[in-house]
Amino acid sequence: MRLRTEQKLPALALVITLLLTALTLTGCSGGASNTITEAGSTTVQPVAEKLAEAYKAKNPDVAITIQGGGSSVGIKSCNDGTVDIGAASRELKSTEPNLIKHLIARDGIAIVTHPSNPVTGLTKEQVRGIFSGNITKWSQVGGQNKEIHVIAREEGSGTRTAFEEMIMGDALVKASTILLPSSGAIRTAVSSDPQAIGFISFGYIDTSVKALTINSVAATAHNASDGTYPLVRPLYFLTKTQPTGLVKEFIDFCLGTEGQSIVAEEGYIPGDQPSH
Amino acid sequence: MSRHFIDRNAKYLVLLCASASFIILAAIALFTLREGLPALQEVGWLKLIFGTEWRPSLDKFGILPMIVGSLAVTLGAMILAIPLGVGCAVLLAEVAPHRVRQFLRPAVEILVGIPSVVYGLVGMLLIVPLIREIGGTGYSIAAGALVLMAMVLPTIISISEDSIRAVPRRYKEGSLALGATHWQTIWHVLIPAARSGILAGVILGIGRAIGEAMAMIMVMGNAIQIPTSPLDPARSLAGGIAVEITYAGGLHQNALFAVGVVLFFLIMVINSFAMVVMRRRGERT
Amino acid sequence: MSAKSSQKIAMAFIWGSGVITVLILFLIIGYVLARGVPALGWDFLFTAPKGGLSGEGGISTAIVSTIYIVILTIAMLIVPGIGAAIYLSEYAKDNWLTRIIRYGVDTLAGVPSIVFGLFGFVLFVTALHFSFSLLAGALTMVCLLLPTLIRTSEEAIKAVPRSHREGALALGATKWQAIWRVVLPSALPGIVTGIILCIGRIVGETACLYVTIGGSAAMPTSLLSGGRTLSLHLFYLSMETNAFEKAMATAAVLIITILIINTIINWISYRFQARMRGGA
Repeated sequence: MRLRTEQKLPALALVITLLLTALTLTGCSGGASNTITEAGSTTVQPVAEKLAEAYKAKNPDVAITIQGGGSSVGIKSCNDGTVDIGAASRELKSTEPNLIKHLIARDGIAIVTHPSNPVTGLTKEQVRGIFSGNITKWSQVGGQNKEIHVIAREEGSGTRTAFEEMIMGDALVKASTILLPSSGAIRTAVSSDPQAIGFISFGYIDTSVKALTINSVAATAHNASDGTYPLVRPLYFLTKTQPTGLVKEFIDFCLGTEGQSIVAEEGYIPGDQPSH
Repeated sequence: MSRHFIDRNAKYLVLLCASASFIILAAIALFTLREGLPALQEVGWLKLIFGTEWRPSLDKFGILPMIVGSLAVTLGAMILAIPLGVGCAVLLAEVAPHRVRQFLRPAVEILVGIPSVVYGLVGMLLIVPLIREIGGTGYSIAAGALVLMAMVLPTIISISEDSIRAVPRRYKEGSLALGATHWQTIWHVLIPAARSGILAGVILGIGRAIGEAMAMIMVMGNAIQIPTSPLDPARSLAGGIAVEITYAGGLHQNALFAVGVVLFFLIMVINSFAMVVMRRRGERT
Repeated sequence: MSAKSSQKIAMAFIWGSGVITVLILFLIIGYVLARGVPALGWDFLFTAPKGGLSGEGGISTAIVSTIYIVILTIAMLIVPGIGAAIYLSEYAKDNWLTRIIRYGVDTLAGVPSIVFGLFGFVLFVTALHFSFSLLAGALTMVCLLLPTLIRTSEEAIKAVPRSHREGALALGATKWQAIWRVVLPSALPGIVTGIILCIGRIVGETACLYVTIGGSAAMPTSLLSGGRTLSLHLFYLSMETNAFEKAMATAAVLIITILIINTIINWISYRFQARMRGGA
């Protein structure tokens, strides 16, 4: 039946309203029971996504939403109840709420340079000097006579906070440092610039960059887990209360053998403690 | 419902719709100001706007490096985009034969539609390494300016072309009749006559340039320093907001909203200036 | 320098600008397609992005999220946008109220998208508790695009010849009937062009969705799920992985979408002008 012109617009409006109502209704029903929401550290995000994928393969009716936002957002959202699980790539500060920590992995922070850089290792003091601006040329640490291009994460990143605590101490990262919003971006930048240096999470190490030895210890998962490599930080799934139901099953999966082998595959170090 | 009933009330319904823009504008101003106020109070608005150090972990919130970064990169983009843009507009409006026009005009339209992330990605993969060959790390004001130039160029071209086309034919004919060459006519008669439209396009371009966030995060380097050379990395206002907003809480978040207020204010000033200029020009012609 | 030689130099510059502009276009599109098309394929379009650092998988969820956002935004945008355009072209008198309204529309058009993002974050995500969701993103996009739709619709409505309105009124229609049954249908192609223009902008928008829609790569299940549009997915791929072939492929999909949208707009405009000239 062909509609008259003046009937077409209201008909269209009706169709759109029906569509919207349908969408909202599916939202209301699908929202509650079978979803787990996670948000927080972008370092945790890739491994969380892999874990979620593996879990969903075994439990197809569960929906798991993984988002980024940073460790601080993870902590806040978990505390506010906005998400079921918050992810953080650092220890909680004393000013932050007391959430329950589930150590799903530990992560090393690697100092990386371009593969062609003759420098293969630095001491912690040298790294501090470079990032604070006291050391400006590669020749000062055994390399070529070229400027050091320093690349770091932006403030607020869990990775950067961990780096500052473990290496910088009271010294400030120099103001002319290039700041990029993810370990992936730093890896890209360092892999294309022979004069660059940056820090990335272990999981991001690949053949496009070279991980330096720190205080003569190589950046391997083995050295990180036995404590000889100095730059290691915890990766936590945080919950507000002791987890029950779906959330508990998912976290148990992540802490179990299958979950931990996924963690190792992604390049992180298995957390070796049960949740506390 | 009688048609008279509908007719009488329709007026109020559409008036409501029309007020929506103003209401939203006021709401944006209000909410942004409200969220930014704690930072303005805590840091003091003079220190906030003119402070040279931005280190959220130390509660230091000086915006000046970002203001300089935005201005530098916009200026760089405009210096390149205005001559190129007006030149191309003249080409389209006056010089090019029809076949060339048929090809060039759609090309410009396509450039308008390309999303800013694509510009950013191409900038990151092509322009940054290129600038690195000249000096510095590649992430720089120069890279930002080149990417912005590409983004702003199509806007300037379309609006300038329309303005030049809108100049009454008798201007051109009069000039040619007096013996001027084509170029002399363009330069001394057409472009000045189209001045207000070209200016409008330029200001629109400036607005787009200052407001661009994502592409700038990808190529400027986001360093929190006041740049001293085009090869230095820097951070723009919009980029600075976007790069930290997802991570920020508390006073840091308030400070980012304060940056938003500064950005908003800057755009309002530029736009009001544009509206005044165009109204005056309109009165003259 | 004689007038002739300065003309020669000027013409060289003018042609040069055209060449440079075209070169820029070819450079961008060429580079994207060259690196991206090899990674394109049916399974790229229909597989979901897998997690992980290498950015495996495809873009199916991003395509779905983008379509959702487009439908949601346009559905909520049409009534206020066209309504406002009708008011401004048919009812507005030259008084202070109209000046305020126009000021609102003109100024809102210039506000940067990241500021809209901040606004959406404060109002829709936090205050109204929608959290990072398609709904919050769509509502924010409505605010962003309102001026664009108002302007294009107003132009389309103003282009309708006075004779159309006068004819309807002379036949006894009320003002609203004249608008609803005569003016709007005539202006429809122009209005539709405006709507499609908005669709183009939604597809390309990143900054304001970045802070309102969340970064989840999963298939959205409701209005309140988070999601990733194609542009956002491109941003995440570029910044967090080094899967640049996939990023370029996503960019290629985006560019092809924009090309299709542009072609549709041009086709509609062409037919619109033909109808107007033909006095339909």
